[in-house]
Formats: sequence, C-alpha cells, structure tokens
Amino acid sequence: MTGKPDVVVLDYGSGNIHSAVRALERAGADVTLTKDTDAVLNASGLVVPGVGAFAAVMSALREIDGPRWIGRRIAGSRPVLGICVGHQVMFDRGVEHGIPAEGLGEWPGEVTALPEDAVVPHMGWNTVRPPEDSVLFDGLKDERFYFVHSYAVQSWDFDQSIESMNPPKVTWSHHGTDFIAAVENGPLSATQFHPEKSGDAGMQLLRNWILSL
Amino acid sequence: MTLSVRVIPCLDVDAGRVVKGVNFENLRDAGDPVELAHRYNRAGADELTFLDVTASSADRETTYDVVTRTAEEVFIPLTVGGGIRSPKDVDRLLRTGADKVSINTAAVSRPEVINEIVGRFGNQVLVLSLDARRSEATESGFEVTTHGGRTGTGIDALAWCRDAADRGVGEILLNSIDADGTRDGFDTEMISAVRAVTRVPLIASGGAGVPAHFPPAIAAGADAVLAASMFHFGPDDMIAQVKDAIRSAGYPVR
Repeated sequence: MTGKPDVVVLDYGSGNIHSAVRALERAGADVTLTKDTDAVLNASGLVVPGVGAFAAVMSALREIDGPRWIGRRIAGSRPVLGICVGHQVMFDRGVEHGIPAEGLGEWPGEVTALPEDAVVPHMGWNTVRPPEDSVLFDGLKDERFYFVHSYAVQSWDFDQSIESMNPPKVTWSHHGTDFIAAVENGPLSATQFHPEKSGDAGMQLLRNWILSL
Repeated sequence: MTLSVRVIPCLDVDAGRVVKGVNFENLRDAGDPVELAHRYNRAGADELTFLDVTASSADRETTYDVVTRTAEEVFIPLTVGGGIRSPKDVDRLLRTGADKVSINTAAVSRPEVINEIVGRFGNQVLVLSLDARRSEATESGFEVTTHGGRTGTGIDALAWCRDAADRGVGEILLNSIDADGTRDGFDTEMISAVRAVTRVPLIASGGAGVPAHFPPAIAAGADAVLAASMFHFGPDDMIAQVKDAIRSAGYPVR
C-alpha cells in the first residue's frame, strides 16, 4: 500500500499509452495498465485513453467488455476519465467519413468532422473556457492544452433543465467552430485534449482529478 | 485564431547521442538527448522532434531507449523521424513512446506506405517530412529531393504534398534545402505555395537565423516552426526570444 489513489489505465491496445501511465504516476497516482476485470472495476479511478478512429476504438473496447465495465463503474459512482477518443466515445455516436458508429451513450450528442475551412487535424496548443466551478481546471483558467483530432462534439444536447440534478460542467474550445474540450459529470469526466502531453498544465489537471478520487 | 504557433526544436540523434553538438551552459551532458529534451521543455518548446540519423539497425535500439526515457520524463509531444519504412517501424516507435513519426524517403519511393500507416494508426501519427528545393525540373518550380537534398527526384513538391495529404498524412514538415543552413530566413514563397494546396498542419523548416525570421514564415501559412542549430547554439532563452518575436507580430504563442 502506497497511500496514493490507485488508478487503472485501461489496456485495450490503444496506441501510445506510456505517457498517460507515467504522467498519472508523476501526478501522484499508483498506476496499473491492465484489462483485468476486478482491477478495472475496483480501482479508485479508471482512465480510458484512445487514439485513431472512433469505430476502431469502440470495437477494441467491446472486445474486452469495456462498455459494460465503464457503465458499471459510472452506475456505482466510481470515477472514470476519458481522454481524446476515450472522451469522444462517451457520446451517442461518432460519424467518420460519413459512416456512423455507436458510442457508449453516456452523454447525448454526435462526434462529427471539424469544419472544412479549418486546418485539420486540429493539432497543437489551444485555449479552453472552463466554467467557474470546474474541478479539473481549478487554477488553470488561462492555460493551453495539447489537442490532436479531426472530429469533435460541436453542440451540448444534455437536458440541463431538471433542477434537482447537479448539472454537468462543460468546457469549450474553438477551432473553426466551438467544440467541447471537456465534460465533468459526477463520476464521469473526459477531455478531448491530451493532459498527459500538455506539460505542466496537463499535469496539474491530472493532479486535480486524482485529488478528487 | 486561438491555436498557438508551435515552436519545435529538432535534435539529430545518432546511436543514442545528439550529433551536431549543442552549446548550452549548465548541462551535465550536452550529448544526452533526454537531458536536452528536459531543457527545451523547461525553455518553453511546444513539441520535440528527434531525427534518428543512425546508420545501423543495432544502433537503432539505443534510439528506442532514448525515445522511451524522454517520453517517460517530458510530457510534451514527441515526433521521431529517420529510417521509417513500414507500419511495423511505426508500431515499434509508438510502443516505444513516440507520439508521431515522420516519414521521408520511404514515402517518396513507395507512396502507398502512407495509406498503410494511417489506415492502421490514424492520420494524427504521421508527419510527411519533405526536403524540397527550387528547380526548373518541375511545373511549380519546387522539386522533391531525397538523401538530405543531394538527390533530385523530378517530382513536383506541390503535387507530392497534395498526394500525401490525400493519402492521409496528418501534417507536413516542409524543409527548404535552399534555405537550410543559410541562416538567411525561411523560404516564404515555398511555404505559401504548399499552404495553398493543402489544409493539413504545416511545419516550416530551414533557414532560421534570428527570431525576426519566424513571423514571415507564419504569415506565409506555417502553423508551426522547426529549427535545430539556432536553438542548439543560440542563447539559453532563444525559444523565448522566438516566441516574443512571434507574439509581437500578432500571432498567439503558448
């Protein structure tokens, strides 16, 4: 026992995840890279990384029963953090090259191509607009984060009118159009950018998440 | 525009060591790419590029080790180029800790390798590295070269950028062979010509000598700027100086 929060990075064959593991360690977590059911379900925090195509990430997740684990953790109020395509798959569906693929449907909305007139992929350090009460972006209001993506969620369709609910905190960014850079919704958080590649600001964001576990 | 202009130092690595030397004070080992990566990270680099100039495959193992150690310690994007011929090479480098790989000669010899790589790993991992020179041999006046600019190919550089972008490269690193090493400034005409034919991010390289050289490259259409010796041999705050020059010209920097 180290006394640090234990975090599992979901190992389902997604590209370069070493930096995510190392960055989370540096940010103060005890990190395991695994797809072991018990470990995934019981960890204090689960990180769902993801690069490449939406449909490919979904089918790789299904192969290890990922959607059920993620759903079960969220139902049990256990924190989950999606990164990049791991953020995108939390929405209803992704449409790449005109072909729709079903997502995890934790949030309403579609992941669609960034506008034709923008330089794509959206690659580099961009600003974000977090809400005042954001936990992830606490102390990070004016920082830039590293993005690499060609698709994004461009509208927030969540019904926030039900007063008794704690409304999700949505952080926006802009590249050709406004798009969702991060969502914090009870146990489920996700970022379109890569905190593990965003230098000191990204490290602080991961620390903020780990401290909330 | 809210995306900032990326400033990228490039390190030539041979058998796990930085070649071309680096002129920094207070470095324990100026030949250690990992220590230099730390230093450039602290100095405000937005990304790092390692160009592996290793000749033998045995020595290449040491490069993988350097990439891994860098990725474990420096949390900004890392691109690795040199000697990449197949999806297998890309797989190895991504597993080793690279975020992106750049491909040059192998893509010129066999353009299909671009489709193979992006089909498997996505377009965000692949940078087309292009050494181009002015030439009367092509319609646009810009020609693709290989072997560090020594060999002309007769291929039109603009047609090649269009083709590579259609095949799915996520980014183009445009190095001007004519400007490279001159320290007289970027080839802004070539940058705008390439910008006009593609919408993927464009990194300009070759010719940077002073901070004032950078804003014109961005005005010409570069999304990012890459330099080597100017950072290696310049004062310790050269990245900050370059960013100040870019900011003063009205472009956002981190």
